[in-house]
Amino acid sequence: MITEDPKHQDIHEYLAEMEDIPGTRVFTAKRARQGYHMNQFAMSLMKADNRARFKADERAYMDEWPLTQAQKDALLARDYNRCLDLGGNVYFLSKLFSTDGIPFAEAVSTMTGMSFPEYREMMMNGGRSPEGVRSIRANAASGGETNEGSR
Amino acid sequence: MMARITAGVASSHVPLLGVASDFNKDRDEYFGPIFAGYDWTRAWEQAEKPDVIVLVYNDHASAFDMKIIPTFAIGCGERYKSADEGWGPRAVPDVEGHPDLAWHMAQSLILDEFDMTIINEMDVDHGLTVPLSMMFGKPDAWPCKVVPLAVNVVTYPPPSGNRCWALGEAIRKAVESFPEDLNVQVWGTGGMSHQLQGPRAGLINREWDNMFLDGLIGDSDHLRRIPHIEYLRETGSEGIEMVMWLIMRGAMGKKTRALHRHYHVPCSNTAIGHLVLRPDNGEGLDMSGSDTVRAIAAE
Ligand SMILES: [Fe+2]
Repeated sequence: MITEDPKHQDIHEYLAEMEDIPGTRVFTAKRARQGYHMNQFAMSLMKADNRARFKADERAYMDEWPLTQAQKDALLARDYNRCLDLGGNVYFLSKLFSTDGIPFAEAVSTMTGMSFPEYREMMMNGGRSPEGVRSIRANAASGGETNEGSR
Repeated sequence: MMARITAGVASSHVPLLGVASDFNKDRDEYFGPIFAGYDWTRAWEQAEKPDVIVLVYNDHASAFDMKIIPTFAIGCGERYKSADEGWGPRAVPDVEGHPDLAWHMAQSLILDEFDMTIINEMDVDHGLTVPLSMMFGKPDAWPCKVVPLAVNVVTYPPPSGNRCWALGEAIRKAVESFPEDLNVQVWGTGGMSHQLQGPRAGLINREWDNMFLDGLIGDSDHLRRIPHIEYLRETGSEGIEMVMWLIMRGAMGKKTRALHRHYHVPCSNTAIGHLVLRPDNGEGLDMSGSDTVRAIAAE
């Protein structure tokens, strides 16, 4: 367990470290800005009326929001890793999971390259080990897979 | 007689536990072992009869969206309804606030240089209602009042562990200067290890989680110096919720002793952790009633 003096946290080092975790998109200010409208769009699906309108015509509903074409395509394809890359956050995107009527864990599993039954089995067996997926830099330095668990 | 903090409770707040409770699946093969770890606490809470819970939690895109992101917010309202998180509100009682204590805390914290956001109206989501279900079961009304304390742990950076611990210390000061005879508990919720996003989703770190549980007991304060990156690497992107447990721990004073501990993997994507702490600084709390229950529960 690493501990350090909390008063000496440099913002640039801090943000660089956030990008050093394999297969993870930390919801930094940069992503929060990029994904603002995508997340607010997802948030709007908490209202039944909006859900109904979205389901009737997904493209038309999304056209009401200032989303980029890439964001619309990622949402239409339910490509959640791509949504994360474009500034989406899983707590907001989860409003789309429930609109689609799929369990949270199933939507999560689609980001792992595993089928839902495989993902569930991994969780029943104690989950994914942090071994080998702590740091992109450390993995590269040890000559291992540089992008293990990441894209 | 002043208000006093008599205990601290830590617990995960996985939404699926609320579903299990609401649809009576809490004793099935999957959820049974999770809920069984809270049986002791449910009996203990009945004996302790807290008047107020200061409930530290985070909102999950329910009451707050991206428009406003308060780092620390305190609920000063009269009552809070269960939020509709996209599939209808949970069928649980409304949560009754304690505006007198909450406003007193808000003022005291701000004078103590914690610049709190004050909330008069909001709905509360699973982050707050799931711990109530775990600790109190399914009553017609919650047996005590609640001061919600919401922390941003979604948009980076969340507050540091050190700041959270210090807020806990200030909460203790605030509660102990409230001139009413109140039995107050502080709960820290969320965690433990879990990652809900990206190819690394499903990460669990049993060893680290248990070191964290160990670290909350006794008189060490090393947990307050864990940097965010350590939570992210070791416990998954959503494991950062554990900084909220440090607010509870900070409110216990220098030393704690553990009354009860529970750990279980998995619940959906998440490791369930639960700990009941007693402040152990010579407070001389008269808790003989609950100690009796504790003895019975142990048999
Ligand atoms: Fe949470």
